[in-house]
Amino acid sequence: MEVGQMQRRLVDYTKSLFMEGFLDAQFLQLQQLQDESNPDFVVEVVSLFFDDSEKLLNDLTMALDQPSVDFKKVDAHVHQLKGSSSSIGAQRVKNACIAFRSFCEEQNIDATLRCLQQVKQEYYLVKNKLETMLRLEQQIVAAGGSIPMIELGF
Amino acid sequence: MAHSVLSDWIYLPAQTPPSLLLNYFSFFPLKSNQIFLISFLTFSPSKQSLLYKMLSCGAGSGGCSKDMAVELGDEPHVLAVDDNLIDRKLVERLLKNSSCKVTTAENALRALDYLGLGNDTLEGTVSEVNMIITDYCMPGMTGYELLKKIKESSVLKEVPVVIMSSENIPTRISQCLEEGAKMFMLKPLKQSDVKQLKWHLMKCRN
Repeated sequence: MEVGQMQRRLVDYTKSLFMEGFLDAQFLQLQQLQDESNPDFVVEVVSLFFDDSEKLLNDLTMALDQPSVDFKKVDAHVHQLKGSSSSIGAQRVKNACIAFRSFCEEQNIDATLRCLQQVKQEYYLVKNKLETMLRLEQQIVAAGGSIPMIELGF
Repeated sequence: MAHSVLSDWIYLPAQTPPSLLLNYFSFFPLKSNQIFLISFLTFSPSKQSLLYKMLSCGAGSGGCSKDMAVELGDEPHVLAVDDNLIDRKLVERLLKNSSCKVTTAENALRALDYLGLGNDTLEGTVSEVNMIITDYCMPGMTGYELLKKIKESSVLKEVPVVIMSSENIPTRISQCLEEGAKMFMLKPLKQSDVKQLKWHLMKCRN
């Protein structure tokens, strides 16, 4: 596949992520922070997000598995995850965290367990999408092309 | 370099390097503010702040040498405090893009140590900081409590403190402003927020 085709495929793919609500405008902020002096900024932040989120999801699973659940602790973890997902523009993860927090306030075990599943699902979905997108970018760069900037008419 | 003149505005190519712009300013001093407005929008953030510094020294009125540009290159030192790793990375990049020197701290206690107000501050390690930007919600000591400690210090009370939060709670905001915070910013931070901060900071210093 030649570079022009790859670039078009990347643009279409990235646009779909915004259309489907996986990413929001904050992700564009991240892309704008990437330049010649910081060519790997997006990859670095996204990798940090993956590591951080997986740890938080593990902590959440353990916290909700206790005989007596400490909802303050659970809420603190969700607050962190909501913060990081919001900062990178992972909109659906962020929204799932917002719902999660309201059930933490109610101290509703069943609902919070469902929320955890929901957050995990959204997280793995966006992780998959972002990895695919970054792989497409890598292929373009390896073929000597440049990564096209996305213009969105919001 | 090709440019077009449209009434009082001069349009320059988006990639015009600042040094070439200075040459234009010395030829078209009356129009320098307008040129600044257009080019400001198209430059990358680090070039924008350099251009602002050059202009504020009177580059428009006909003579700003390369030497002066270097002299003006002092970068404000910002201490950024946030317990979230991704947010720390983001705020650091945003600030560096606005030509700030950045030190990060992962909680309020570490910040206090760095500022010389902590119990564990080592002799001779206190650094000068021009602004502190801190998250509100942090484990242990909150950003609000950190703000209070800073304002209680005779040495540090003049340092502008900015509070950030992901939650838009009016009572929280007014509480921080009343305690002396310079600004309250909603997360997630964007480049435009940090630009606003920088202008504020430059104003304070002058």
